[in-house]
Amino acid sequence: MLILSAVLFFIGVFGFFTRRNLVSLLICTELMLNAVDINFAVFNAYCYPNMLEGYVFSLFGIGIAAAETAVAIAIIINVYRNVHSIHIKRLTNLKH
Amino acid sequence: MSINLVIFSGLALVMVIAALFAVTSSKIMRATTLLLFVLFGTAGLYFMLHYAFLGAVQITVYAGGIVVLLIFAVLLLGKGSVDITQTSMRRYLAGTITALTGMITTIYLIITTDFSAGNFTATDVPMKQLGEALMGTEKYNYILPFEVMSVLLLACTVGAILIARKK
Repeated sequence: MLILSAVLFFIGVFGFFTRRNLVSLLICTELMLNAVDINFAVFNAYCYPNMLEGYVFSLFGIGIAAAETAVAIAIIINVYRNVHSIHIKRLTNLKH
Repeated sequence: MSINLVIFSGLALVMVIAALFAVTSSKIMRATTLLLFVLFGTAGLYFMLHYAFLGAVQITVYAGGIVVLLIFAVLLLGKGSVDITQTSMRRYLAGTITALTGMITTIYLIITTDFSAGNFTATDVPMKQLGEALMGTEKYNYILPFEVMSVLLLACTVGAILIARKK
């Protein structure tokens, strides 16, 4: 299960490198966060079956992911309204 | 045990394939739908670990909330959400090398490390215990992170409305 979550995480990293679109980058971030949540739950279930730390941290991780997605999508829609594109090549106003 | 292994293999196969296609597909709507499969597979893993509440939260928040938000964004952006330009070969190469190096290192470490994992006992966490852990103020209880999370969610909601509002 740890190997599965590692594979998912690095698929997310690969996507983060290769995609050039803000929504795709957000999807890759979700993949990585999801892999981390799996790690928490698996460590809790197999190494410390009597504790609740990993369980609770997974819950908090899911909540933070939800908040982060809401803000990110608001930002993306605003960027699209201003620049008329969400392609990373065009978003250079903050560069200089 | 073997039936668990079969279920886990099926879930893992579906999740990895869906994640790969979600990352490489050029249509974002398709990528979002494939992400949904990965999230459902994760919920299945939680159910396999007998973490029923965590699985339910995963389905409601991730599959129900985040994916719907993503689909909203894709539909609102319309034409803008298509990846028109091809990514360059160099970028593909860099991404592949980084991901493969990291993956091999991590898997090697996971295989060679002795986690001293106890034998997995399939017991469901009772809701009462979980609620007391979330709301208690003693050691190993999580009232403070819980309240911080609620404030964070409120701040994010207000911030999202402020950002997305028309001038």
